[in-house]
Amino acid sequence: MFTYFKNIFSILEGLRRALQLTKKHLYKSIRASSNKKNHYTYVPEAGNTITLQYPHQALIVPKRGRYKLHNEIDDCIVCDKCVKVCPVDCIEIEAIPAPEVIGLTSNGMKKRIHAAKFDIDMAKCCFCGLCTTVCPTACLTMTSTYDFSVFDVLEHKVSFATMSEQAIIDTKQVWSEHVERGKNL
Amino acid sequence: MFASIPTLCFYLPFLLLFTLLAVYVERKLAAFIQDRLGPMEVGYKGTLQSIADLLKLLQKEIIIPQAAHQKLFLLAPAWILITALLGFAVLPVTNVWLGAPTHTGLLFLLGMLSLKVIGILLAGWSSNNKFARLGALRAATQYLAYEIPVGLSVLCVILVTHTLDLAHISAQQGLATYQIDGTHVTSSYLLGIKGLEVTQYGGFLTWNICRMPCLAIAYVIFLVSSLAVSNRTPFDLAEAESELIAGYQVEYGGIYWAWIMLAEYVVLFLMTMLGVILFLGGWNTPFPNLGSFQLALYTNGYPSTWLGSFWASFWLLGKTLFILLIQMWIKWTFPRLRADQLMKLCWAYLIPLGLLTLLLTLWWQFLIL
Repeated sequence: MFTYFKNIFSILEGLRRALQLTKKHLYKSIRASSNKKNHYTYVPEAGNTITLQYPHQALIVPKRGRYKLHNEIDDCIVCDKCVKVCPVDCIEIEAIPAPEVIGLTSNGMKKRIHAAKFDIDMAKCCFCGLCTTVCPTACLTMTSTYDFSVFDVLEHKVSFATMSEQAIIDTKQVWSEHVERGKNL
Repeated sequence: MFASIPTLCFYLPFLLLFTLLAVYVERKLAAFIQDRLGPMEVGYKGTLQSIADLLKLLQKEIIIPQAAHQKLFLLAPAWILITALLGFAVLPVTNVWLGAPTHTGLLFLLGMLSLKVIGILLAGWSSNNKFARLGALRAATQYLAYEIPVGLSVLCVILVTHTLDLAHISAQQGLATYQIDGTHVTSSYLLGIKGLEVTQYGGFLTWNICRMPCLAIAYVIFLVSSLAVSNRTPFDLAEAESELIAGYQVEYGGIYWAWIMLAEYVVLFLMTMLGVILFLGGWNTPFPNLGSFQLALYTNGYPSTWLGSFWASFWLLGKTLFILLIQMWIKWTFPRLRADQLMKLCWAYLIPLGLLTLLLTLWWQFLIL
């Protein structure tokens, strides 16, 4: 009989403490919900809710983070190293050599090859970052864009080449003429 | 029968609005208790979320399982909703907008609540699904058990009020001006002591829990069992998500599921409002008259005036919504009971306590007489 009443009171005490605990969290969250501050850290700050309202707020990504690839095509010397090192073969390059130097990259390297096609299939990409490591002109970089979902998987194939179809035909013409001339010599 | 129509005219549209609001508030409260933000996207701070959810439910296809009993499957949600709503026929809104003038209003209300369980059993059985059937069985056993403490606590009130008419029970818990039968005014005594007449003071002093201190215990019993009767956590064994998926409503979708959900909130509201009418003074203000400062009269108005009706409905609904908030807080704090714990709580604790309170109230009433 004694334990019967002891049980009742210990359970009531437990229920009271549980209610107080949730009340504390309730007040804390109501205060935090009016807090407009964005989340900049992975661990929620003290006195804040754990909700991250993603499209409106976003976590800052680390500087070394490996996300969507970007190629600065003006700096690209079309050396094909990235294609060779890529473990999943997601980069496709079509190169058209030129008879003479066609320009300089921003770090002073000479460009001798036109990039007729420079496609990276982000759907295949494994974000290992090897291509950015081998890139001699550092034109291939990993940006901090990580939200690039699309409705059609083909849209994940990003083209970086800027040459028009006419330009491609012309440069091919120039190169084939150059080759012909070499044969005739 | 037609006398209940004005009351239903108020409660039916009100309940739809209430459910939309309650679902939103409940989701927000749950989120805040769990350190989240809850719905934030639809409308300002997610206020229109429940309307968006309702529109989604309306658009959904109604799928009836092949092995289900077609007619009973469609009848069950309607049965649950109709019986839940019928209970409101006897609830008063204000002191001039009374419910159906039945002498057995309380009995009718409890009867309607019992009929709702038939709907739940029907839904569980006709779904032809093991989870649904288990959920329905659990709901039935739970209801059968918890009907007794509800009945005992209600009986304690009847011992004090000597009437089963909810309008009269409300009227007794206020000033004499508020009593429906002017020729026969029931006096209120503080703590049931003959020398302390408080009928002219009103306020919380004339509420049933103050008129008879035993009723405070009865109210605790009523509150706990009303949670069980309306299938709320920590007593939501019938629809335990983790074990029975959704219990008896597992096969329902779209608008039929919305009906069951609506009925659930309706029963919750019904039980809470019944508790407020029986124990917490119904439509009466909590502020007593203090000498010449007639606070009770100011905050309750005169009966049969617009202001009086406004105050009466305000206090009745306000108190109900306040208790509902507490119930939501309870819901998001306590874990679900096991089936054996549920039965033990009822048979080993609540029913003995209820019987004891009944005896105590009876003895106290004899002292007053």
